[in-house]
Amino acid sequence: MESVVHLRSAVAVLGRFPALAGVDLDVDHGEILLLRGPNGAGKTTMLRLCAGLTPLSSGEAVVLGVDLARQAHAVRRRVGLLGHATYLYDDLTVTENLDFWARASGATTADGRAALDRLGVAHRLWSLPVHALSAGQRRRVSFSAMVARRPELWLLDEPHAGLDAAGRDIIDGLMREASSVGATVLFASHELDRAGDVATRAVEIVGGTITAPVPPAGAPLAASVAP
Amino acid sequence: MIRDVALVAGKDLRLEMRSRVGIGQVVPFALLVLLLFAFALDPERGVLDRVTSGLFWVVVLFCSVLFIQRSFGVEAEDGIIDALRLTGLSAPSIYIGKVAALVVELLALEVVLAVGVAIFYGTTFGGFPLLLTAAVAATLGIAGSGSVYGALSARLRTRDTLLPLLLLPLLAPVLIAATRAFEVGMGREAGQGWSWVALLGIFALVYLSLGALLFRPLMEDA
Amino acid sequence: MTTTTSRAASPVPAAPTGTGSRVTRILGIASLIGVAVLVLYGLRISKEDAQLGETIRILYMHVPTVSAAYLAFVITAVGSVMYLWKRSEFWDLLAASSAEIGVLFFALTILNGMLWGKITWGVFWRWEPRLTTTAVLFLTYLGYLAARAVPTSTRTRGTISAVIGIMAVVNIPIVHKAVDWWRGLHQEKTIFGTVDPDMKGTQLFTAYLGLTVFMLIFAWLLIHRFRVAWLAERANDVGLDAALAERRAEGTADGSANETADGSANETADSSANGPADGSANEPANESADESAGAGLGGAR
Repeated sequence: MESVVHLRSAVAVLGRFPALAGVDLDVDHGEILLLRGPNGAGKTTMLRLCAGLTPLSSGEAVVLGVDLARQAHAVRRRVGLLGHATYLYDDLTVTENLDFWARASGATTADGRAALDRLGVAHRLWSLPVHALSAGQRRRVSFSAMVARRPELWLLDEPHAGLDAAGRDIIDGLMREASSVGATVLFASHELDRAGDVATRAVEIVGGTITAPVPPAGAPLAASVAP
Repeated sequence: MIRDVALVAGKDLRLEMRSRVGIGQVVPFALLVLLLFAFALDPERGVLDRVTSGLFWVVVLFCSVLFIQRSFGVEAEDGIIDALRLTGLSAPSIYIGKVAALVVELLALEVVLAVGVAIFYGTTFGGFPLLLTAAVAATLGIAGSGSVYGALSARLRTRDTLLPLLLLPLLAPVLIAATRAFEVGMGREAGQGWSWVALLGIFALVYLSLGALLFRPLMEDA
Repeated sequence: MTTTTSRAASPVPAAPTGTGSRVTRILGIASLIGVAVLVLYGLRISKEDAQLGETIRILYMHVPTVSAAYLAFVITAVGSVMYLWKRSEFWDLLAASSAEIGVLFFALTILNGMLWGKITWGVFWRWEPRLTTTAVLFLTYLGYLAARAVPTSTRTRGTISAVIGIMAVVNIPIVHKAVDWWRGLHQEKTIFGTVDPDMKGTQLFTAYLGLTVFMLIFAWLLIHRFRVAWLAERANDVGLDAALAERRAEGTADGSANETADGSANETADSSANGPADGSANEPANESADESAGAGLGGAR
């Protein structure tokens, strides 16, 4: 079965800066892959590349069977990306946002509401404008918008950031659920303990390339974490 | 596609109703400019009434710049452009949706402005078929071309000063044609009012088509 | 994408030291000779016109400058369409260089139009169709240049310029029509004829000579300007190869052996921000302009 994500010598140049300087990676269906690395190493760019948002400058990149060199836009509606932004209209309410984003992605408003419940967003918040929510609540709403789309590939940039313990548990649960139904999760995180628990595998990115050896599937997690 | 257009337009109008930028800021600005012109030009000597059509459309143009900045400024924040690109919405759908919302906002502004002009400048409007058609055609052209430039300049750092510089020269023919059409419609000028409307119509058609085509490359390159 | 990223990190080939070549030298000399001959014919040999008097001599320059400007903007439009289609740097630079020269020629057109006006009407400006249209289009393309000057990634700049180029060129006939009708209402006589009305003999010859000479000058300017732009892009790319090497070096403890010989190629602000080991400061100044606002690139990358 071909990989969900297949990168060979992938280079992504942002402006004049080579954020990814030659990445080799293969990710299988159902994996929950942890991307570790220092700030500025290229984790965010890698996620954006897989989302089809950042163009591939050279090398090979095939995500969900789509060749990113030629048809990056075709992969977009099949992935979910959650970065540091909120991806929400501040002036609209929670439900208005979810209704819009769910329907824009081909889901229904019911899917949106269900996602809000799944993320534990209290009903009393639903009619509030997004700018009135706390950062953690906003994060949950952003997450709901992504979950409602039911993406095949989840790309998460520090998903646990800004959430309380209950929120983090929910996220972990969601990642495992996604994996169990055949979706794939790539997430970048600095919280290695919690991340280590939920991830099935980890790789290390430094200087725009993956440095830690990529072990065969099925190897225990501890062996793949570079010292 | 109609569904997507309605979705985007609905979202924009809902945003407007919620944030009240149009009602709360742009319309007062328009009325303010009417006042400023009265201060600048002597209201007693009948000058204001004579230049009504021109002033009306100049104010509409300035306000359209504000509306467009608002419409696209909102999309430029919070990673929303990325989120839009990840949805399945086609670029033309998003474009037409935003144009539709802008047209509604601009037409509402024009109504308020017309009332303002009637009151403050003592202008009497007549020849409504011509006036209304001209206004609709002009508004479509403004929204159509303005949306392209709005999307384009929202990506850049100097977006607020760049947009008027790009848009207003392009809209010169709209200003000329709309003003002439109004003058003919109100009986102040002899001439082919409907020819001017035809020109406005051509402008609108050309730029709406072009805009739908050019919107995709604009959305692609982030 | 530019073609140069596929180059291996080999030594950079010697760059041309100037933008001249045999073609430009031929064009340049031809232009100079042409200008001399034109001045001779324009100011001396050809006779004054029955209608326009001596002022017809300005026409020998005015018509060519406006024609060259329109040609320049057509080239910009073609370049813009081709860029959106092929995404090659050549078309983008061609469009931009041509637009610059077009704006220059428009400025010349307005200037000599104003001179003509001062002599003929006694005032520097009249709202007659030609001048008005030229003024509107001049401002339109100034906007093009302004947009191009905003710091942003090459690809974004190229796309934005191309869109503006296409939007602007489509407006040209519409502006013409609108302004002509508008001023036509007032029975303004547009005395700015084109080359044909009632010109005979040496007058006609001088007019066509003027057209030819200015086209030569236009070609010469365009080739030089394009090459300057192209060289500027190449200079930036040299920094790219070095930056790639440095970037990879972040990962290896010993700082890697991939130094390109010319350390000063790392002048561009972004590559100079790539310190070794300490990866935290890698946010080059022009980086933020590369992402769409709020793209969530945030802190950790």
